[in-house]
Amino acid sequence: MQGFLDSLIAQGYFAGIPRDLVYLGGMLAFGLLVVLVFVLNVAGVTTFVERRVWARIQNRVGPNRVGPQGILQWLADGVKLVMKEDIVPTQADQILFRIAPYLVIVGFITTFVVIPFGSRLVIADMNVGLVYITAATSIVVVGILMAGWASNNKWSLLGGIRSAAQIVSYEIPAGLSVMPIVLLTGTLSFQGVISQQGWAPPDWFIFNNPFNFVAFFIFFTAALAEGNRTPFDLPEAESELVAGYVTEYSGVRYLIFFMAEWGNLYVIGALATTLFLGGWNAPPVTDNPVLRAVLEFVTFFVKSYFFALVAMWIRATLPRVRVDQLMSICWKYLVPMSFVNLLGVALWMVIFPNGARVVQYLMTLGGAALVVLFFRRVVQHWRRQRIRERGELYLSPLV
Amino acid sequence: MDAAGIHQRLKARFEASVGDCDLAAKNPFIRIEPSAIVDVCRMLRDEPDLRFDSLSNQSGVDYKANDVIEVVYHLYSYPHRHAIVLKAAVPRDNPRLPTVEGVWKAANWLEREIFDLLGVEFEGHSDLRRLLMPEDWVGYPLRKDFVEPEEYHGISTRRESLLR
Amino acid sequence: MSLTGFEVEVQRNGKTGLSTEEMTLNMGPQHPSTHGVLRFVVKADGEVMREAIPDIGYLHRSIEKISEKVGYHGFMPYTDRVDYVAAMFCNQGWGMVCEQLAGIEVPKRGEYCRVIAAEMNRLASHLLSVGTMVLDIGAITPFFHAFREREKLNDLLEELCGARLTYNYMRIGGVAWDLPPGFAERTLAFLDAFEPCLEEYHDLVTSNKIYVERVANVAVIPPDVAVNYNLVGPNLRGSGVDYDVRRDEPYSVYPELEFDVPVARGELGTLGDCFDRYIVRMREMSESCRILRQCFKQIPDGPVIAKVPRKFKPPAGEAYIRVESARGDMGWYCVSDGSEFPYRTHVRTGSFSAMSIIDWVSPGLMLADLVAVIASLDIVAPEVDR
Repeated sequence: MQGFLDSLIAQGYFAGIPRDLVYLGGMLAFGLLVVLVFVLNVAGVTTFVERRVWARIQNRVGPNRVGPQGILQWLADGVKLVMKEDIVPTQADQILFRIAPYLVIVGFITTFVVIPFGSRLVIADMNVGLVYITAATSIVVVGILMAGWASNNKWSLLGGIRSAAQIVSYEIPAGLSVMPIVLLTGTLSFQGVISQQGWAPPDWFIFNNPFNFVAFFIFFTAALAEGNRTPFDLPEAESELVAGYVTEYSGVRYLIFFMAEWGNLYVIGALATTLFLGGWNAPPVTDNPVLRAVLEFVTFFVKSYFFALVAMWIRATLPRVRVDQLMSICWKYLVPMSFVNLLGVALWMVIFPNGARVVQYLMTLGGAALVVLFFRRVVQHWRRQRIRERGELYLSPLV
Repeated sequence: MDAAGIHQRLKARFEASVGDCDLAAKNPFIRIEPSAIVDVCRMLRDEPDLRFDSLSNQSGVDYKANDVIEVVYHLYSYPHRHAIVLKAAVPRDNPRLPTVEGVWKAANWLEREIFDLLGVEFEGHSDLRRLLMPEDWVGYPLRKDFVEPEEYHGISTRRESLLR
Repeated sequence: MSLTGFEVEVQRNGKTGLSTEEMTLNMGPQHPSTHGVLRFVVKADGEVMREAIPDIGYLHRSIEKISEKVGYHGFMPYTDRVDYVAAMFCNQGWGMVCEQLAGIEVPKRGEYCRVIAAEMNRLASHLLSVGTMVLDIGAITPFFHAFREREKLNDLLEELCGARLTYNYMRIGGVAWDLPPGFAERTLAFLDAFEPCLEEYHDLVTSNKIYVERVANVAVIPPDVAVNYNLVGPNLRGSGVDYDVRRDEPYSVYPELEFDVPVARGELGTLGDCFDRYIVRMREMSESCRILRQCFKQIPDGPVIAKVPRKFKPPAGEAYIRVESARGDMGWYCVSDGSEFPYRTHVRTGSFSAMSIIDWVSPGLMLADLVAVIASLDIVAPEVDR
């Protein structure tokens, strides 16, 4: 971003304006573009995709009326929620109740500042990118606590407190499991991390050494818990707390909360891709800069969205973990495992200072084997169902 | 053990309090004096060859014509797989009866229901209050002379007949 | 434990410092668990409950008093509403108690039709119970799989008697209509497709570590407490007591049918926890399939209903019968005074006893466990309140 603006200034576009102001203006413009065109739409479309994916997993159809295959359902939902009456309970804390959703969505949107969509498509490539993300997602906790407290509803309070405890606890394994990456790359900036990976799977950090592989799964679990996703969605447990900390919210405020949650799915995927799966690195097929940028963007988007789909899949399958079990998973299992990982990677770097290509290829083969096994199971299950001849809603994903 | 045997055992232990046993009924029942009901039940539960360890049902029946409310206990024994019915009749104008909650915990809610719907007071019950009806309801609905109040908290209970 | 009235006290901790007071929460009559209108006043210390006091009566429709007005025949549809999830058993119970009062014998084919309808209803009821239990724990997908099978059962039952939920299929003296032509083939085809679904369900749920962690060792009810509180049915068998009315006090044609009674053995946890109650229901479903297959093989020809007069006036007396409903043994007590209206009817249902034990089992549980307990005890509100 900075380089692009520098080249524009060199060509004389912003003559007379101080350099910093140009940078500021450029970042604001690009940030606004990203938020309006990308972030909010992705958050919206994810709500629709989640409902459709769930429905197909549950042998239902899902929304398929609004627009072709129901693609515009999220727009309809958004318009409906915006037009709803804005109910603020009289006994609720008036100011905090109104501010809480904004804090949550600010915590979500500000993470997009450092997420790189391409080699030059990033709003601001901070050199403390990782720490910045951790800090930005912590704002969400404040918003959730505010929402739970200000609703003047004991169940919301319980949901808010549970959520705060959960997010704060899972920050630790999330951060610790990413430390191996920092050790390997020596930088906290996302572009730095991506540029040290390649486009081929053996060059991804997930297959770099076995400790990274474990770290990826710890990170993914902790990120799911941060995003209040099942199996850690106790704060929004429908069967117990109605809707947890958002019970009293309706209309636009509800919309904001849920955009934040579903957009967070994408952020989880984006972080996992950036740190472990090679980010926007695409095969060097073309030299045309525009095509290259598009290819990188598409690669990054596909990889991140794949993880969002995996999170949806997990949500449809697994039951909820109870609060004390959640805490014990975090503190008794994930945190010690992350520490062991960190030590392991440090040891690895001592033993193999330049990395071990053989291990990388072996791990890639192992990962490929896992994927193949998974597909074999899918085909087996599919064939079993064909034999049972219950073909009603099963085979066609688009109904 | 059949009903006649149980009746004999009870008569041997509590002579005056045990009434006659109607063997001709489909479920033979034994009449018990209300004051002795707790001891009878405890004996029926604890005796090794009787072992009535479960209170299968406890109902109240309002016999307006005889001016009594009868509390009917259906007992069942899981070890011996036999059953017996006990009946305790209390006067309708002062229906009081000792509770058997200490013998079978199942009686807790069953007696609350009888209190709620028929007005029988169980002495010694740990928590005798209305179960099914609202706390501020007046009257005992299952009694034969119960007249439904005209309204409850402003909601009228009278409704025009749907058949013209 | 005595609360005078149910004032929900709002206790705020106004002092600075860490003095913790109990919170009184209201898990109100409307909440997203699908067990009906039940209310719990929960006194909780943070997440751990001190006690959960059930408050029932929201669905009290005075069905017992209505029986005194509508007569024996007219009461049959009302019995459906006593437990609308397992309505066939209520129908059967009322039919049996009237038949015992008047000494009527149901023809063999009528009894077989009753058992077929009842076991199909047991399948449907257990599917609902297990599905909603898993839904309350948080897994949303097995619920839909359970209901997919339940829909097929409902279609079959609709073919049989015209209704999907409140069947009103049985009459005093037998059943209303004979099995439709081809019903046996369709039901057997359904059973062939259903048994693999149970395996799928076991794969998804029973062996799921998170689910097992949520329900194993939760709300352990030892056998002697279960018997003392008069828990019945799968709840009782889940605590290890080997008793089933169909086998031990047999009625109808159950003596001629071969089936096992699944009793929990405390695998994967303590004997009497929520998992045991769940696994007893799952196994009972396989047993019901077995019973159904036998019924369709053994059913004789003949009339399906005995001759019962229009104005049904049983001689004065009383009768008490027990039916093994999906929720346990349901006791029907009827006092007749010789007229065509019952003098007193009383139903003692399985959910009534199960509700009363929640007060005993709840201290020390967490809030999230309360939902699991209610679901595992398979409580439906209409049975509790009638």
